[in-house]
Amino acid sequence: MDMKIYVCVKHVPDSAANIAVKDGNTIDDKISFLLNPYDEHAVTEAAALKKHLGRGEVIAISLGTEDVEKTLRSAMAMGADRSILVKTDRQRDSIFTARALKAAIDQDGSPAIIFTGRESIDMEGMQTMFRLGAAFGFPVASNVIKFTPEKNSATVESQTEGGGKNIYHLSMPCVLGVGRGINTPSYPTFPDVVKARKKEVKTIDVKDLNITPSPSSMSVISLEPFAQERRAREITGTPAEQVQTLVNILRNEAKVLN
Amino acid sequence: MEKTGVVIEIKKGRIKDANLGMIACARAANREVYALILNDTAENFREILEAHGVHAMVEITTGGADHTPWNPEQHTRAIITAMEALHIKALLALTTPMGRELLPRIAAALDAPLVMDCIDVDLEKGLARTTLYSGKTIGTIQVTGSHELFGIRPNVIAPVPVKTKAKMISMPIDTPVSGKFKTVEILPGQSSQTDITEADIIISGGRAMQSKENFDLLFQCAHTMGAAVGASRVAVDMGWVPYTMQVGQTGEKVSPRVYIACGISGSIQHFAGMKMSGMIIAINTNAEAAMVSNCDYFIEGDLFEIVPLLTQRLTQKAK
Ligand SMILES: Cc1cc2nc3c(=O)[nH]c(=O)nc-3n(C[C@H](O)[C@H](O)[C@H](O)COP(=O)(O)OP(=O)(O)OC[C@H]3O[C@@H](n4cnc5c(N)ncnc54)[C@H](O)[C@@H]3O)c2cc1C
Ligand SMILES: Nc1ncnc2c1ncn2[C@@H]1O[C@H](COP(=O)(O)O)[C@@H](O)[C@H]1O
Repeated sequence: MDMKIYVCVKHVPDSAANIAVKDGNTIDDKISFLLNPYDEHAVTEAAALKKHLGRGEVIAISLGTEDVEKTLRSAMAMGADRSILVKTDRQRDSIFTARALKAAIDQDGSPAIIFTGRESIDMEGMQTMFRLGAAFGFPVASNVIKFTPEKNSATVESQTEGGGKNIYHLSMPCVLGVGRGINTPSYPTFPDVVKARKKEVKTIDVKDLNITPSPSSMSVISLEPFAQERRAREITGTPAEQVQTLVNILRNEAKVLN
Repeated sequence: MEKTGVVIEIKKGRIKDANLGMIACARAANREVYALILNDTAENFREILEAHGVHAMVEITTGGADHTPWNPEQHTRAIITAMEALHIKALLALTTPMGRELLPRIAAALDAPLVMDCIDVDLEKGLARTTLYSGKTIGTIQVTGSHELFGIRPNVIAPVPVKTKAKMISMPIDTPVSGKFKTVEILPGQSSQTDITEADIIISGGRAMQSKENFDLLFQCAHTMGAAVGASRVAVDMGWVPYTMQVGQTGEKVSPRVYIACGISGSIQHFAGMKMSGMIIAINTNAEAAMVSNCDYFIEGDLFEIVPLLTQRLTQKAK
């Protein structure tokens, strides 16, 4: 049986986009959306694993609206063989998301490993991988910056503070949330993009998955633009005077120097 | 009275300063604050915890034959066991590498709601405020569930000293490690350097630094102020400094009291990581740079001139 490598990818606003708040708790979505930056690393790692094994299938999966197909195409251009779009009408919390991804994966096949990003840049939840792991009963590591596959297990390095690392050993199947240090995604070439257009996107309506809702939830009840009210004041004078003024500001205004 | 648990983070025998703001946040609700201390001697921290209003110190000792100093799965189970024994429904920890490992594991095991990186929490109403959409918005999130978990962004909530007498609860918890997840090794980071997520002052360099060697200018300057050194993604991608120093949307989100940006243009992705700073100071040759128009103070000048002068000035002062 072929080894199934799943990668969870999220369709998120372009990091350079200007975000405008709409209806008090959501955003105006007429901006460009892309594959979540950490998920690019997840797709790259999944494709590298398949190459390393010389077999297997990489399946990208996403929960989102119809537009998510664009992100799935990017994931396929970066190396996923096919993809699954779990259709919903709105942004869902990670409790629901993990249930939906689990149900859709269960319907599709039996995972050898699941990759995710370490966080989504829109919701910044940092938790979907752990919820997914708990749902499957698989061990989880996040912030993974090095992955070494072994027979039926994996050794990973998880980043901590000040350049520290924790090295963990996980049995497979497992869920890995990858960080940026793990690899360097190579951007798809034009032929990759063309090929990705022909790859399969299986669409499932989330309603058809009959997900048992959790009694727990997280909902964004209001959203405000994060206003910057800084009044840029210039420190003038000769360099020596500028530095003296700067020291005075640090000492007397910011009170960070003794 | 209802109880709120706070997971205390200890580094090299000291309670990290950021814990104190988290305790203040837990105290704001009219509840009892239970400080959970993992595998350390709680008595050592009695004074500081009682000075910040903690009602109980819970010393959790995980043990067993296969005990390792850090096993997030095992520690997750130990914390859940303690929460159940003490009827703790609300739990706070810091959004640090430790909190990032523990909180989501606990939330997943309890099927409980969790909001990470909170800048404010209202425990009574189950509301948390956090940045969303790459730091461009602030969202208020309503959580519902039998438990509530929150990750607190270090250093955004100010500590509030209040005197209490804390009772001591000792909880040895024997949690076998699952065969599925094992700690192989723990490699600590460089302890000589202040961590950017905890620093009061960060001095960061960008593309303008030009080389790994030139970053020494920032390290020297940082040393005179007890500051941490940060970097833009360009400086990291060029291999001048490690990724752990990257500030921004795909790096660390920091909130120091002062952020000094040297030769950093101020891209939207960089701002996502440092816009919560108390004061922003830009040193840039280009007065049109976004960093300059979005800061509190700026010096239009060459960092290679200004930074060494600043180091010199601060060294003189220290004498
Ligand atoms: C998905 C995504 C995620 C990203 N995430 C991050 C992130 O987390 N963090 C991040 O930083 N970037 C991130 N970026 C990159 C970001 O878009 C910018 O490219 C980057 O921040 C620019 O770095 P910089 O300011 O060092 O360089 P530049 O933009 O090149 O700016 C250099 C600055 O130095 C000034 N300068 C030059 N010489 C001197 C001198 N001698 N003295 C003083 N000033 C001088 C110049 O005037 C200029 O303002 C991300 C990009 C993408 C697409
Ligand atoms: N709607 C979604 N569809 C697919 N994957 C997702 C979705 N939301 C989150 N993920 C995955 O979970 C990771 C962590 O997301 P988060 O918990 O929101 O920070 C992301 O990097 C994705 O890999």
